[in-house]
Amino acid sequence: MSLIRLIEEARRQRDFNLLSEAIPYARFLGIESRECDGELLGFLRFREGNVGNPALPALHGGVVGAFLETTAIFQLMWQRETASVPKTINITVDYLRPAGPRDTWARAAVTKQGRRIASVAVEAWQAEPGKPIASADCHFLLAPD
Amino acid sequence: MARHPHHDQLAKYVSYVPHIRELGVQLLRLERGLCELGMPWREELIGNPETGGLHGGAVTTLIDSACGLCVLAAMDDPGPIATLDLRIDYLRRGDPPRGLVAEAVCYHMTRHIAFVRSSASHSTGEPPVATAQASFIVKGSGGGLAADVSPDMDAS
Repeated sequence: MSLIRLIEEARRQRDFNLLSEAIPYARFLGIESRECDGELLGFLRFREGNVGNPALPALHGGVVGAFLETTAIFQLMWQRETASVPKTINITVDYLRPAGPRDTWARAAVTKQGRRIASVAVEAWQAEPGKPIASADCHFLLAPD
Repeated sequence: MARHPHHDQLAKYVSYVPHIRELGVQLLRLERGLCELGMPWREELIGNPETGGLHGGAVTTLIDSACGLCVLAAMDDPGPIATLDLRIDYLRRGDPPRGLVAEAVCYHMTRHIAFVRSSASHSTGEPPVATAQASFIVKGSGGGLAADVSPDMDAS
C-alpha cells in the first residue's frame, strides 16, 4: 500500500499505528500512536536498546528527538485534510529532565499551518504530564517537490 | 594532531552506549574536542518506505552522539555531561542504501556549558545531509581542551 493510501486508511480507521508500523525507524525504536480522549498521543515503550546513558540510566537524546519529531509529523497528518508526508525542515529540542528507563508519552500541537510551512510544538513526559522531559519546535515543508 | 590523552577511554563510548552499539556506530576519528562517527546503512533507518529515505530521527541520533562525544573529548577530565539543546537543519534527503558520517566540534567551553557544531553527510567531504548546533551542561572540569580547536570546522 502506498504511503498516501496508508495515511488515508489510518485516518479512516483512526489508528495511526498502521503508519508507525510501516515506518521502519519508528518500528525499530518502538514508537506508537494512541488516541486518548479525541487527541493523538505519541507513545514510546521503554526498551533497553534505546538507552543512551547506561550509568543513570537514561534514554538516548537522539531517540527522544526522533520520538518528538515523529509525534509532530503524525499530528500534522492527523489534522490535515490532504494526505501527504510533511518534510522536516528543522527541529530544535530542549532537554529538560533526564529521560529515565520507562515509558514516554508525547503530545504535539500545530502552532501555525500555512500553505507551504507548518510550525509544530511538541512535548514529551514520563511519570507526570506536568513535568516534561523534553520539548521541541519543528518546522515542516508541506508543499510537494 | 596529537593523540587524545583519553583516547582509549573515550573510544569505548561506541560500545558502551546501548543504542549506539545497536546501530553499529563506529568511531572514525577522535581528537581534542573533535570526533567523527560513522553509522552503517541498515533498513531500520528508513523513514519513508516509498523512497527508502533515511528517517530524520536516525540523523538526529547520530549527530547527538557525535556532539556528546566531542564534548567529552574537549574536557581535561571527562565527566558527566547532559544535552541542553540541539537544533538540526535537514538540508537534503539521506539516500539509501548509504550510511552516514557525522563530524562534531566543541568550539567553546565555559565552566558550565559546552558549545558544539556538527554536520552529517553520506561520506566525508560530501555535501551535508544535515547540520546542527548544540549546547551541553558539563559537570566537573570545563574550560578544557576545546580552546585548541578551530571554530571553523572546514579548517580542522
